Amino acid sequence: MSRLIQAWFSDIILSMSLKETAKEIRKNVLKMTFKSQTSHIGSSLSCIEILTVLYFKILKVDLKNPFSEKRDRFVLSKGHAVASLYSTLAQKGFFPLKELDCYCKDGKKMPGHSTKRSMPGVEVTTGALGHGLPIATGMALALKKDKRNQRVFVLMSDGECDEGSNWEAALFAGHHKLDNLTSIIDYNKLQAFGRTNKVLNLEPLAKKWESFGWQVKEVDGHNLEDLEKNLSKIPFKKGKPSLLIAHTVKGKGVSFMENKLEWHYKNLDQKLLEKALKELS
Amino acid sequence: MALQKPGSEAFGKSLKRTFMRTAFINTLIKLAEKDKRIYLLTGDLGFSVFETFAKKFPERFINCGVAEQNMMGVAAGLALEGKKPYVYSIVPFVTMRCLEQIRNDVAYQNLDVKIVGVGGGVSYGELGATHHAMEDAGIMRLLPNFQVFCPGDPLEAEKLMLASYKSPSPSFMRLNRGGDKMIHKRGDKIEIGKPFIMEKGKTGAIVVNGIFLRIGKEVSDNLKSLGHEFKFISLPTLKPVDRNSLYKELKDYKVIFSMEEHNVLGGLGTLISETMAERGWSGRIKKIALPDEFFSKTGKAEYIRRKYRMTSEQIIKTILKTITKK
Repeated sequence: MSRLIQAWFSDIILSMSLKETAKEIRKNVLKMTFKSQTSHIGSSLSCIEILTVLYFKILKVDLKNPFSEKRDRFVLSKGHAVASLYSTLAQKGFFPLKELDCYCKDGKKMPGHSTKRSMPGVEVTTGALGHGLPIATGMALALKKDKRNQRVFVLMSDGECDEGSNWEAALFAGHHKLDNLTSIIDYNKLQAFGRTNKVLNLEPLAKKWESFGWQVKEVDGHNLEDLEKNLSKIPFKKGKPSLLIAHTVKGKGVSFMENKLEWHYKNLDQKLLEKALKELS
Repeated sequence: MALQKPGSEAFGKSLKRTFMRTAFINTLIKLAEKDKRIYLLTGDLGFSVFETFAKKFPERFINCGVAEQNMMGVAAGLALEGKKPYVYSIVPFVTMRCLEQIRNDVAYQNLDVKIVGVGGGVSYGELGATHHAMEDAGIMRLLPNFQVFCPGDPLEAEKLMLASYKSPSPSFMRLNRGGDKMIHKRGDKIEIGKPFIMEKGKTGAIVVNGIFLRIGKEVSDNLKSLGHEFKFISLPTLKPVDRNSLYKELKDYKVIFSMEEHNVLGGLGTLISETMAERGWSGRIKKIALPDEFFSKTGKAEYIRRKYRMTSEQIIKTILKTITKK
């Protein structure tokens, strides 16, 4: 019986449009953060389309063998947005959606920052910013040395570009011509205590990365088609690591959260959850 | 003068090789010949030591540049893909400069990354406190999953390297800077976590690591000629330690001298104090170690040791004073 339901369920998921999939992932993030009364909602909502396109269109994954050597690797460097990763992985079928209820619950295995193998599909432990890119760079280097075709993708935040370790990694990846490495910056223009251009201006961001030896493209980070179009053609240039700057909105999809700094911290109450879900339905 | 090409013979011979680093690199080369997973990452150091490795395994020698945070992250990434990276620099740079990477990327993920730091204690004396390693053992002991080694001669370095190679745990090994004398006999059985009894004696016990294997040996030999026989123990592992064995070796003594080139807080002396106090031993532990301060003047290692009453003659005096005090 349960297998039948599961099959029926995956049929539904398969037939869902990418837009609907993203919407479901977004709704589950809201439910998870409400149930666990946790924060980082705005950061999780800004990268939903990026994760949807990656997991449903770009990454070669193996649901039966989530850590198969033949998989593409994905590193969530902005580890605080892990609710959106769990939600995406569950939607993709790495584990049952029901398990999302365990998010940040006492004694369960889904912490509020990306933690290696906490769930099938979670590759790397992050949480402190500026760690994901160096690790992904090492993974890409190992795959290159072994002449293997698998690719490594990293999702970074804009705020974490303040960390010097990223620029060390940028220099290294450019020097070693790691064209199997793609980083995406979720450029939602808001960091923990202010707007990125006011806290520590990153601009000209594209030029900075280009000067470090990366091939850079920019995209509307909520436009599923454009994201897919860009990420389908990587490396952007042979012999160079690729960087996709995805312009996004923090808190995307929920009007009262969009572009609001406080939704880096606030929790949802029942009333606000209902309001948010209504906007999405 | 024309620059010599790295890997060329002239380049390798241009400087006299130091002993403990040579033991490290020779052991690594032997391992790397058989194990293709081994990579050597350096933060732009290793001149006159790593040329042979670089020449033999150019694909597995990576000079990461002066960028230790990235180097440690890259090592974690390599380990996640099944490689066995050895990461090298001067102690402060390969531990404290990238400590959060070591903690989160390596220790927390429990990855097979071996960190090797050169310049234990004040061996880079005249270069100043930025280059001194006084805190590394204490800091690295605090990281779960880590093995921490402070070998005292080339044999201990080699044996502990071979033993830790077989373990998938991350590890940190602190090497002395200089041409360290071989203190052990070739066949001595050095094991991770085990105290090694160098001498037997009844007057008291001396426990050493690092450079104090040599200095402590001088102390112990001199005391013996004065009629004071000490049990002399080398404990080149700081973690994990077989504390019960250590306790058993020490419990019958009223006074224990620990000797290390490290801050008096957090290293070998602390380890012994914890071990003995936890098991109800009552006696005195006298810690010969660096005081909790930066040495801000200039001076070679020997000068700094003299300043802190850590030369063999000074230690002998301290010991004689301690054991004759009623």
